[in-house]
Amino acid sequence: MDFFRSHVLVCGGTGCTSSGALDIETKFLQELKKHDLEKEVKVVRTGCFGLCEAGPIVIVYPEGSFYSRISVDDVARITEEHLLKGRIVTDFLYAESVEDDEIKSINQVEFYKKQQRIVLRNCGIINPEVIDEYIAMDGYRALGKVLTEMSREDVIDEIKNSGLRGRGGGGFPTGLKWQFTYQAKGDQKYVACNADEGDPGAFMDRSVLEGDPHALIEAMAIAAYAIGADLGYVYIRAEYPIAVHRLEIAIEEAKEYGLLGKGIFDTDFNFDMEIRLGAGAFVCGEETALIASIEGERGMPRPRPPFPAQKGIWGQPTLLNNVETYANIPQIILNGSEWYASVGTDRSKGTKVFALGGKIMNTGLIEIPMGTTLREVIYDIGGGIPNGKAFKAVQTGGPSGGCITTDALDTPIDYDNLIEKGSMMGSGGMIVMDENNCMVDIARFFLDFTVDESCGKCTPCREGTRRMLGLLDKICEGKGTLEDIDKLESLATTIKNTSLCGLGQTAPNPVLSTIVHFRDEYDAHVIDRTCPSGVCKALLSIVITDECIGCTACTKVCPVDCISGERKGLHVIDQDKCIKCEACIAKCPVKCIVKK
Amino acid sequence: MKSLAELAKIREEALKTVDVRMDTKCTRVVVGMATCGISAGARTVLTTLLEEAKIRNLNDVTITQAGCIGVCRLEPIVEVYKNGEKVTYVNMDAKKAQRVIAEHIVNGQVVSELTIGAVEK
Repeated sequence: MDFFRSHVLVCGGTGCTSSGALDIETKFLQELKKHDLEKEVKVVRTGCFGLCEAGPIVIVYPEGSFYSRISVDDVARITEEHLLKGRIVTDFLYAESVEDDEIKSINQVEFYKKQQRIVLRNCGIINPEVIDEYIAMDGYRALGKVLTEMSREDVIDEIKNSGLRGRGGGGFPTGLKWQFTYQAKGDQKYVACNADEGDPGAFMDRSVLEGDPHALIEAMAIAAYAIGADLGYVYIRAEYPIAVHRLEIAIEEAKEYGLLGKGIFDTDFNFDMEIRLGAGAFVCGEETALIASIEGERGMPRPRPPFPAQKGIWGQPTLLNNVETYANIPQIILNGSEWYASVGTDRSKGTKVFALGGKIMNTGLIEIPMGTTLREVIYDIGGGIPNGKAFKAVQTGGPSGGCITTDALDTPIDYDNLIEKGSMMGSGGMIVMDENNCMVDIARFFLDFTVDESCGKCTPCREGTRRMLGLLDKICEGKGTLEDIDKLESLATTIKNTSLCGLGQTAPNPVLSTIVHFRDEYDAHVIDRTCPSGVCKALLSIVITDECIGCTACTKVCPVDCISGERKGLHVIDQDKCIKCEACIAKCPVKCIVKK
Repeated sequence: MKSLAELAKIREEALKTVDVRMDTKCTRVVVGMATCGISAGARTVLTTLLEEAKIRNLNDVTITQAGCIGVCRLEPIVEVYKNGEKVTYVNMDAKKAQRVIAEHIVNGQVVSELTIGAVEK
């Protein structure tokens, strides 16, 4: 084995891959070869580092130098300066890591300082395609401990005592779920993993699968031992090709090492895993629909009970947890339930991973202890709102959740507090909105999504959400009335109470929550016929003010020729023809075209 | 996989491949690798250090390079940070590098005659 003095970690998550990380990796290999450094410096492709905003990311160890937004052209300089001569190229470092002439390592950057990484502990550190690197990080030791030292009841008690709750959104106590499945009678039991992450803008599970796939395999094996299963299914969407690929490699590696298969750790425990690809239907995140899809049926939910713990895959008792929930398991086993329960709040233990997006400086993936406040997340870790705009709200829980406004910024984040504030934890999407976001439009966006994703099995969801969307469209077009808002509220209540599954039961939430918190914006749309944030096009008019110098630049870019006026004279926009494309606003040299 | 011991063995081997990425409080060996260092033969020193570390299975040692240390006439220079103490070796070559690893890094005995203090006396 060669002794590498330096490791170059290139992020191979989906975000950085799409901005050219693979070319960067190739270029590093070429450059290292050119300088004859291949035997001294190792290039490692890892999972997501979390700060996707700054991608493509390259980290050089042992210094922990955090290079951000690297392009292929920068590689030669990093190789020659840093790797050959030992001079860190400060120009390319993440701006915040260079301060007062001192270079901070990645762990000291504000974005990472307040985080606590349990689920993402290996993401961005190990090569997910090499099982040895996972083992080096204590991998599979929890499985060994469980199989050789713990009874099945011990394992379930340990998970129960840890206080871990389901990370897929519902927040059901994981240990209880395990116990129910353990107690259920059946000749064959299954464990299954819900990796059908469907919320717009959420990518927690994808990152775990891409960055640390063995953690899932180990956890599922532990779960299988605890409940008495010997086969596991991972239901993962086909839109996650990198995650699927790495999980496939990981399963193969685990089989080669005898960590999957028969007689694991020389016990009589057998366990094998299969991947099932989903076609990317949001409803398949619902457990009964997911099970139907695994069985080859059309992905539609059915009424519960019976719950999957009694009748799941092929009618047998099935334990179904989400990726992030599983990723906690090995650490709980290794460090003990007491350690895990010491992190977090009274009723929500441990950490939660959030995908931070929208109007925020540091878009990316973060893991925080439960009980961190939204203010810390948005301003300390997230770096605040770009362009000096004012914070308006944060949307959590995706299409099933709601908005949280300024007055709740100091609320500690946990399952119960978010529900109390009219939203929910959900799977961990966190979309930040500023003064330029129209809340009616946001509600419409999420409802548009659920209308598309409704499976159509039950009427309230299929028809009800469509009617709600119709009303919102009407309001956004400036044709709404106060009565429409009342209708929205009454429809929402009916849909929530009568839908078959979680999709329909929560679909009206974004609408209800925006009506509660931003009633003034709805009123502005229907009474004053204006959109205060300037988003809803039908309610906008674009006008040229008296400062116009008559340069005619706007007339040249207007795609519908609706601007008229003499050279050096005041120009006018024909409001009937204007399509509000805003091309003229961008072009005007004296900024005299404004939205009203 | 038959036992925890077997897993521990794999882990021990594997740790060597990733420990560069951990925050360990291990010994740091720094080679001056600016133009002055390289032209005085620092690369041979560096590769010898790496080679020795590999042969001796030293996994609590970081070997890295630095820019110009300042006394270019004494290059190649190797600095060893161990137990909070810094020792500077000057006019290094491959042979001397082997001695530093064997005597200082492994056995904890500073090779006094190779240090900047001794050479500059």
